[in-house]
Amino acid sequence: MLPGHSWRAPSTGAGRIWIDAVVASAPNVELLWWEGCPNWKDALGMLRDGMRSVGLDPDTIDVREISTDADAEREEFVGSPTIRVNGRDVQPPGDDPAGLTCRVYRLRDGRISPLPDPQDLRETLSKAIEGGGE
Amino acid sequence: MAEASATKVGSPAPPLELPDTEGTVHTLPKPGEVPATVVVWTCNHCPYALAWHDRLVDLAHDYAPNGVRFLAVNSNDAERYPRDSLEAMRDRVRAEGWPFPYLYDETQQAAHDWAAQVTPHVYVLDGELRVRYEGAPDSDHMDPSQNAAWLREALDAVLAGDEPARPATDPIGCSIKWKP
Repeated sequence: MLPGHSWRAPSTGAGRIWIDAVVASAPNVELLWWEGCPNWKDALGMLRDGMRSVGLDPDTIDVREISTDADAEREEFVGSPTIRVNGRDVQPPGDDPAGLTCRVYRLRDGRISPLPDPQDLRETLSKAIEGGGE
Repeated sequence: MAEASATKVGSPAPPLELPDTEGTVHTLPKPGEVPATVVVWTCNHCPYALAWHDRLVDLAHDYAPNGVRFLAVNSNDAERYPRDSLEAMRDRVRAEGWPFPYLYDETQQAAHDWAAQVTPHVYVLDGELRVRYEGAPDSDHMDPSQNAAWLREALDAVLAGDEPARPATDPIGCSIKWKP
């Protein structure tokens, strides 16, 4: 089993200790969304698929709505959807200001998209599992 | 999914009188002046508007020989969304060589009058300035091969003097950024 997997949890014994250590190393995955963009559920579906594809539990995603400018400032939210793995943005936004808006992503084939490239997402998740996502 | 628009297909188009990025004021054509007009609410910062933009530019080029008038409108609150400021609009028009005017709806009155909801939100008017289509350019912002098919279908019908087979679709995109 790869490090970071959390899909099996023995209830007792030495295995429990080992699994707890593995779960503790699972990356913190966040999805921040704003209702003004119509695609956050698509983003959540993509993120869940991405987590499953690298062996992570999609039920651990921390999904948070950003509904005010103050929320956006506090969370350094530069648009919906924002996906962070161990605090690292899937596609770092550069100097975009915080605010209630929609993210503009660039796919690997050059197209503009309201969602990140699924391959970027999987790569970020994989790096986090390997300890390179910080 | 956006709610149904208050600008009804079949009804007369609301008025439109706005300056473009160089300050020239544009209005809708006079009845009978052109066979069809496309009005599209768009903006600079929305991924849906950006994804569909090239298809709309292609469409404007393709239908210009038919006398179709094309107007783009940005109604977003530029104070909260500086990428939609008049200056940013002007920069984009100049850099990209837009083939149609990009109108600045600073007061947001036009968006209210037309009940525009999202960017992009397109309307097709016939020669008598009645709304004959409103909604999205096509079914998939991520698929350039769609080529604004719904909008082309509606324009072709209007130019042929027919009713569009699909007079309304759900506009998909970013909400208009209203002023507080």
